[in-house]
Amino acid sequence: MKVAYWPGCVSRGFTPELHGAMAQVAPKLGIELVELNRANCCGAGVIAEHSQELADTLNARTFALAQKEISQGADLMMNICSTCQGAQSECQQRLDASAEYRDEVNKHLTPEGLEYAAGIVNKNFLWVLVEELGLDELTKLVKRPLTDLRVGPFYGCYIVRPTDRIGIDDQNPRDTYLEKVIEALGGTVVDYAGSQKCCGFPVALMNAETSFKQAGRHLGDAKDAQADCLVTPCPLCHLNLDMQQPRVSKTVGRDLQMPVLHLPQMVGLALGMDPKSLGLGRHVVKPTAVIDWSTSVVGALPAAA
Amino acid sequence: MSTTESTPNTTEEPWHGGAEGLESFTLRLRRYDPESGKAPYFEEFVVEMEPHRSVLDAILTAKNDEDGSIGIRCSCRAAICGSCGTRINDKPGLACHTHLSDALARSKDGKITVEPMGNMPVIKDLIVDMDAVHWKKQQRVTPWLLPAEPLPEKEHIVPREAMVDVTQSMACIQCGACVSDCLSMEVDPLFIGPAALAKAYRFVGDPRDDKHAQRLDDLANDPHGIYDCTHCFKCIEACPKGVAPMNQIMRLRRIASADHSIEDVNDGSRHEHALVNHVKKWGTLNEAQLVPDSKGGKFHPRTAKEMVASLSVIATALLRRKVTPKSALIHHKNPNQSEIKRIYQEIGAREERLELNLYITQPDEPEAPDDQDASHEAQVKTTGDQSAVNKPVTNREA
Repeated sequence: MKVAYWPGCVSRGFTPELHGAMAQVAPKLGIELVELNRANCCGAGVIAEHSQELADTLNARTFALAQKEISQGADLMMNICSTCQGAQSECQQRLDASAEYRDEVNKHLTPEGLEYAAGIVNKNFLWVLVEELGLDELTKLVKRPLTDLRVGPFYGCYIVRPTDRIGIDDQNPRDTYLEKVIEALGGTVVDYAGSQKCCGFPVALMNAETSFKQAGRHLGDAKDAQADCLVTPCPLCHLNLDMQQPRVSKTVGRDLQMPVLHLPQMVGLALGMDPKSLGLGRHVVKPTAVIDWSTSVVGALPAAA
Repeated sequence: MSTTESTPNTTEEPWHGGAEGLESFTLRLRRYDPESGKAPYFEEFVVEMEPHRSVLDAILTAKNDEDGSIGIRCSCRAAICGSCGTRINDKPGLACHTHLSDALARSKDGKITVEPMGNMPVIKDLIVDMDAVHWKKQQRVTPWLLPAEPLPEKEHIVPREAMVDVTQSMACIQCGACVSDCLSMEVDPLFIGPAALAKAYRFVGDPRDDKHAQRLDDLANDPHGIYDCTHCFKCIEACPKGVAPMNQIMRLRRIASADHSIEDVNDGSRHEHALVNHVKKWGTLNEAQLVPDSKGGKFHPRTAKEMVASLSVIATALLRRKVTPKSALIHHKNPNQSEIKRIYQEIGAREERLELNLYITQPDEPEAPDDQDASHEAQVKTTGDQSAVNKPVTNREA
């Protein structure tokens, strides 16, 4: 499978371990990444707040660049950020809905030799795992099942709401995919209240107390449910849940110490990759310092043994 | 306290339909009577009804046939009055607007769980105190027209298209479903909230109102105002009428920042401008610069305060090599940045905003086929003929 790959800003900014982990995991899954080097920030909903036309044009530009790769053999566009997925889906919904509006937007792309044609398939890595690769195929690739690892799924808002825009229905229950992937990798799903709630990141700079209370509540709920760690397909959620965890702990008055894995990292662990090479040492709450690896992932025997 | 605010037609038996096609449904109702001194508990009721009947019908049947003390507020039974907002299988909605078959399909355990709405105190069973939260917040936004003086002698005539945009917020039936599910309000009860802010947009978007600037300044500079919304989309999902309160909040922000240049105490507009300018300058977000740019500059006291609060986080991030001094100082520029700047200039030069509101204009084409390569040319052609159906809106204040 070949994908036009949009890594987003944060995976190359404050969560470089995500970008690195994805690059390492992709070949093991048979995914060829063609990085969209000329593409731009999705706007994270904030540019749309400033100007809808600007956000739609910038994302149409990214889609058009991806479509060039698709015309040369890529199967679809792939991202590794829930926020990119949601912000881009919102723009795509408008762009695909009206030919007249799309024409207006495309006028801004013409000087660069680009044009967006309605109907691009843009999927988060999570969706690619389930819908393109398939859970059975994923399980076959597991070399070190996540035996005894209790994982709390944390989706991020942008990849689960609004359900109609995100394409969640009986055919594609995308709001259950994280649980399915955890199970396919041999882990144990932890059910807790916050899995589809907001991490608080969007207001971290505007109202830190609201933001950190939200993150603290979910981390605390997961801890109460005896999760070993959380896993998320969203690097922005990761910033609030992991990087800001010391401040979050202080805000809610609770020692949390909850490791948060990026989705490609969790997949990489089950595929037998070294935790350090997947960047687990770069987290603020180091999973290697919290999880008892002798009884969980690292100590488990390879599946074939 | 009376046991219920329900059953508008108390002499009227809920309609059971014919005997044929009846199915058995188990309702799991959250019961709570503060006067009893007991903690809340769940109680099950089994009703025989046709699957297309509503959850409200089933509750009223249980109330009529088994336990008259069940408390539920309702009136029109037709999704118009907004009285019967509840949480059904953990999702907010109108009990009268939810088919039993749909509720059962969403159930995890074969039982239809009905609870009172969230973020509001419970008066009894499924009845919440709307006065304490919802209506108080509505009053907070001055929910009436404040026109310029002198008033016109007759009606206030405005162009039709000037009112189209506010029809979405006018569709609100005040059921409180969005308030019930608001994730900001869950941790910050002072947040003005989605319903009240959607109502605020109803007047900020109304050309007859003369206090747009004052309203926006008030809502932007309230620490629990428009910049306390976390973009979680819960209110969009919860609303049974398609009001999309979060979209109205974003419109309030857009107008406050772009049209009235309001700099708020939350740094909301500065944050917006920082991100927009980053993409204009580099094509991507420069996280290392986001804090100073959102707080008023490298040497602004607000930046210093934020940096001091973040010292331990910054130190750990450096220690873990999430950030290096080099990556913090040098941000990679998009190889085609001049094209991105040109796009900014072209859109910035528009006299009127170009927007598409899908609440007003429905999509003009079927879903795109999977085969994108083949679809490109064909779709542009086919949709071109239909473009008149779906007109983008140019709007100064939308």
